This record gives sequence, structure tokens and C-alpha cells, in this order.
Amino acid sequence: MSGFFRWLAGLPPLAQIPIIILAFLAVIAIVLFLVEIAPRRGLRYTIIRLAVCVLVPFGALVFFGIYNSAIWIAAVAAVLGGVFFLIDYRSRQGAGYLFQLIAFMAPAFILLIIGLVYPTIKTAGAAFMSNDGTSFVGLNNFAWLFSSADGLTAFLNTIVWVLIAPIASTIFGLAYAYFIDKSRGEKFFKVLVFMPMAISFVGASIIFRFFYDVRQGDSQIGLLNQIVIWFGGQPVDWLGAQPWNTLFLVVVLIWTQTGFAMVVLSAAIKGVPQEQNEAASIDGTNAWQAFINVTVPGIRSSLIVVLTTISIASLKVYDIVSAMTGGRNDTTVLGFEMVRQFQLGSRDGYSSALAVVLFLLVLPIIVFNARQIKNQREIR
Amino acid sequence: MSAVAPIDIPFDKSTSRQLARGEAVIETTSRRAKKRMTSRGATTAALIIAIVWTIPTLGLFISSFRPGADIKTSGWWTIFTNPAFTLDNYAAAIGAGNALSLGQAFLNSLVITLPATIIPIIVASLAAYAFAWIDFKFKNAIFIGVFALQIVPIQMALVPLLTLFSDGVKIGGFYVLPGLNLNGVPDSFAKVWIAHAIFALPLAIFLLHNFISEIPSEVIEAARVDGAGHGQVFFRMIVPLAMPAIASFAIFQFLWVWNDLLVATIFTSGGNLPITKALQDLSGSFGQSWELLTAGAFISILVPLIVFFALQRFFVRGLLAGATKG
Repeated sequence: MSGFFRWLAGLPPLAQIPIIILAFLAVIAIVLFLVEIAPRRGLRYTIIRLAVCVLVPFGALVFFGIYNSAIWIAAVAAVLGGVFFLIDYRSRQGAGYLFQLIAFMAPAFILLIIGLVYPTIKTAGAAFMSNDGTSFVGLNNFAWLFSSADGLTAFLNTIVWVLIAPIASTIFGLAYAYFIDKSRGEKFFKVLVFMPMAISFVGASIIFRFFYDVRQGDSQIGLLNQIVIWFGGQPVDWLGAQPWNTLFLVVVLIWTQTGFAMVVLSAAIKGVPQEQNEAASIDGTNAWQAFINVTVPGIRSSLIVVLTTISIASLKVYDIVSAMTGGRNDTTVLGFEMVRQFQLGSRDGYSSALAVVLFLLVLPIIVFNARQIKNQREIR
Repeated sequence: MSAVAPIDIPFDKSTSRQLARGEAVIETTSRRAKKRMTSRGATTAALIIAIVWTIPTLGLFISSFRPGADIKTSGWWTIFTNPAFTLDNYAAAIGAGNALSLGQAFLNSLVITLPATIIPIIVASLAAYAFAWIDFKFKNAIFIGVFALQIVPIQMALVPLLTLFSDGVKIGGFYVLPGLNLNGVPDSFAKVWIAHAIFALPLAIFLLHNFISEIPSEVIEAARVDGAGHGQVFFRMIVPLAMPAIASFAIFQFLWVWNDLLVATIFTSGGNLPITKALQDLSGSFGQSWELLTAGAFISILVPLIVFFALQRFFVRGLLAGATKG
């Protein structure tokens, strides 16, 4: 495998695309072929199944290059494959049933365990170990987080992000969706606000750095300061002014996420039965009352989804801080500080503790949503 | 899609029906006569929001066509009194960069994004099919476990995954999993492909499962009775029927990988930086070279915008699918 990737790395970049995709498709084609012949009866297919059960683990180990650590592991793998074959052969749903199930599931599960389950457990463990990972230090890393300038700033700023960004984006998105609903040129209006969603945070950060740009004197190139001058004020260094600069970073996230809120809420508003609005207008409500008493309750669960999604996005924020300020002037957040501590070197304990705190902040949002769903299920 | 995959919060049935109805209305609304003229105040408010949302991008866009000297001395709004246009910034930006030029980084982004979009979709649809149409013990519990993996912030997984790629896992002196052994190969994309594929899986499995399990079971059973195995059913029926969901997710994943900076920061280096990372490095080292940054930003935004405008319908559908659950 490493040999294959080494060979691939030597090719010109664009040539690598078809090769990796074709190699991957070939593997998938073989898997599907084996799945197809697995349940068939007869000696020939049974032998093929047995061969696959024994050879695949063996082959996989050789492929991953483990044979240089111990050849007998491969033998163990082959024996396990044989045992699996027997279990499969005797399975109640018919021979080949387990074989197919594993073939469908294994690729996803191997990847998930390697890349998400194992690393998460490891990070959670590393948060309680010293920075070089040799000794157990209990809650020391968390004590560092809440006592050091960097850690505490990151934590408090993250709280600011998650309190402001979701609510502001949702309010703007909801107001906009409601205002342009059934108006002329609705599609065009939507695209204008929705477009920032397609722009990367790095691109958005550059757009806003230009917007916030500050110069000495009267000829500004950043629009915001020019407006300030037109109104007779002094130019402000928006990204350097603590503690307000974090708010000017949050604006970038609001700018990108409002489009998402608008699209989902717009569909939800259109899904509210027309009769309810008509009934409300017959009862003599004004537009605002109808909005608060008919529309908002009608789209409640869509609102929860939008708020949840944007909350999680603002907790995990990394790109905006990285591209706008690089965490300077007290703008750092947990997601950024974690990577920064890691890149400073030999601070794995600190960096893991930051990641764990981030995880703990995401948790209540998810629990809240899970309970919402349960309540809704019980009502019906 | 700005580096945020929608986290799925399962809705109850009535809400997803409501959103589906809203979607259907969206499809037909343009053809129908407008019943109600919105009030003037609301229209004005909408106009203000639209203008405020568009101006920052417009400013950068106009600036990217102005001569470098003009950008540094006067605001872009003076273009109306003092017009001057040039394409030099774009030519300069494509060649600009620290280790590698933005032009090469643009290619790298393509090389990273295409496999990182295709691989997780195929792996996820296989697993989603098994969750939907093969019965096994603890199916629901395992499925909830996969769903729950979505809430793990990527930051939790980065560092261990990086050490895993370089050193592998040893238990008692034996390798359970070897490293990729690519430390001497700076230009390999393997790490970033695998990382992106893994991080996309929980959401992909979840979304595709929702769609695949909605396919009427009669269709599947008829094929099974006719002697088609799981392999044929998957390849000949599920994949074509689930194409809308697959397309939606593909667009998401494409935008998310193209726009990603965090994974790229950790898993790429040297000659294979994607354009987001290259642009960020550029903005650090040429902090005041606005003529490079403006053009560079638009080069990086170009592809997502084309994808967005060409496939908007699928993209919106994907957003709504992400927000609902049958």
C-alpha cells in the first residue's frame, strides 16, 4: 500500500486523480462481485467463499505491509478467516449471509474506527496525560486551560461565538425569508444571500479583511472606515480593537451562515398550511401577530435544526480566526487554539484538553436535540 | 458550503412532510401568479439585507480588476469616477506564492477534492444499503453509534490520526496497523484523501440511509425473488434510484473539501497544499499586497461558485434533506 502511494506521489498531480479513483473502483467491483456469488449453492461457490475468507485477511496484512513484523500474524489471520467461513456456512440465514454483510459494512467501519473512534478515544486519554504523554497528570491540563491567558481567552471567545452567531444568522435568515416570500424576483434575492455559503472561509476572510481595512489619514480603501469618515468619525482598527474585534470576526460567520438559515426556513415557511394564515387574517390579526402566532410555531422544528447546525459550526470555528487574525489580539477560539498548541510542539496534553472541552460544549446541544425528538415522538 | 456539513437533527415525520411540501411549493412558485404583494416596508428591509450581503464581495471583485497602485491608494468605489481595468492581478496571482504558486495549488485542490468526494460516497452507500436492507443484530444501536460520530469535532481526531499515518499502531511490539510510511514523500496526497473520506462518512451514511430506506421494499423484494443477489440489487437498482441523494451529497462534499482549511493545514505539506492553504499563507506573507489577494481570492472562489450555480437545485435539496428525516 505504501509502495502504491509512493509510486502515485511521483506522478504529475492531475494524472493521480483517475488512477486513484480507478484503483478504488476496482476494489469495490471485486467486493460487489463476491457479494453477488456468495449466497449461491454448490461446491464451487463454497470453495470460492472459503478461499476468500482465508486469503483476504492474509492478503490484507501483506498489503498493509505487516509481514515484516511477523509472518505468523498472517497465519493467525488466515485461521480466523477459516473460522469466520465456518460460522458463515452454518449461519441461520443461509450460507453467505454474514459474508455479504461484512463485505458491505467493512470498508466504512474500518475507516470509521481508524479515523474517528480510535483518535477520539486517544485524544480523550491524552487530555489527562502530561504534554509528552508519559505520565498521568489528572486535571492539570484543564487547570492550565482555565488559568492561562491563551486557554481562557479561547474558551470565553468560543462562548461569545456560540451565543451570537446562531441567533443573529437565524434572525436575519428568517426575516429575509419571510420578507421575500411570494415577492417578485424571489429566486434572485435568494441567490444573493445564499451565495456566501459556497465561498470558503478563507475567501470570506479576505473579503472582510478588505472591507475592514484601516489606513492613516482620509483616503481609506476599506469601505467600513470610509463610511465612518463620511459620517465624520475617525478610522478604527476593527480587527485590533479588543475586546470588540471578536465580534467583527463573528460577522464573517453570520454572513456565510445566514444563507443556510434562509434556505431551510424559507422551505419551512412555504410548508405552513395556507389555511392557518387565512384563518388568522379573518380573525383580524396584523402581519406581526400572524408571524409570531402562526408562522413561528409552524416552523419550530426547522428553527431548532438551523440553530443547532450553526451553533455547532460556531463552536468548531477554525478557518476564520486563522485567516483573519491568526489568533492575535485575543481573538483565539478553542478550535484554533487547539491546532496552534499542537503546532507549537510538545504540547499534546494542552491541545487535547482544548479538543475535549470543545467536545463537551457540543454535547449539550446534541442532548437537547435528542430529547426534543423523544418528546415529539411521545406526543404523537 | 463553507466548511460546515449540516449536522442532522432527526425531525418527526410531520415536519419532514412540511419541508417537502415547502420544497414542492418552491419548485412551482415561480410559475404561479403572485397572490399577495408584500408590504413596502418588508421589501425595503429585504433590499437592505440583500445589498449589505452583496457589497463586501462586490468590493473585492471590482478591486481584483483594478491596477495594483490604485487598489492601495483609493477605495474601489472610486471606480465610477475614475475607471481603470486590468487583468494583470490575475496573471500575477496565478504565479504568486511562497513554496508553490497559486496556479499549482489550484490543481492540487482538484486532485484532493475529486477522490475525496467519490471515495466516501461509494463506501457510505455500501454501508447505508446494509443498514437499510440487510437485517442483523444490534442494527439500530450501531446505526445510532455511526450517527453520533457526527458530533465529534474534527479537532478531536486530527492529532492521533496524524501520528497513526506516520507511525501506525503497535500492541505488544507487533503492528496492528502499520503507518503509511510516507514521511519521506512530501508530495503524497494519500493522507489528505483518507482523512477527508473518513470525516465525511458519518453524515454520508446517515443521509444516504434515509433515502435508501425510503425505497419501496416491494421493488427490492421483487428483484430478490427473481434471483438477484445483494450485489446486483445494489448496483442496478439502489444506485440509480438513490442518484438524487448521491448528487446532493456529492455537491456538499465537493464544496466542503474544496473550502476546507483545517484538514489541509494538518495533512498537507510542501508541494500539495490546496488553494485555501496557499491563499492563507499568501495573505500572511504578503499582508498588504491587495492586488494579489483580491485576484487570488476570486480564483479560489471560482470553482465553488460554478458548482453552486450549475447545481443549485441539488444543493438546496441536499440542505433540506440534511435538515429532515423521514
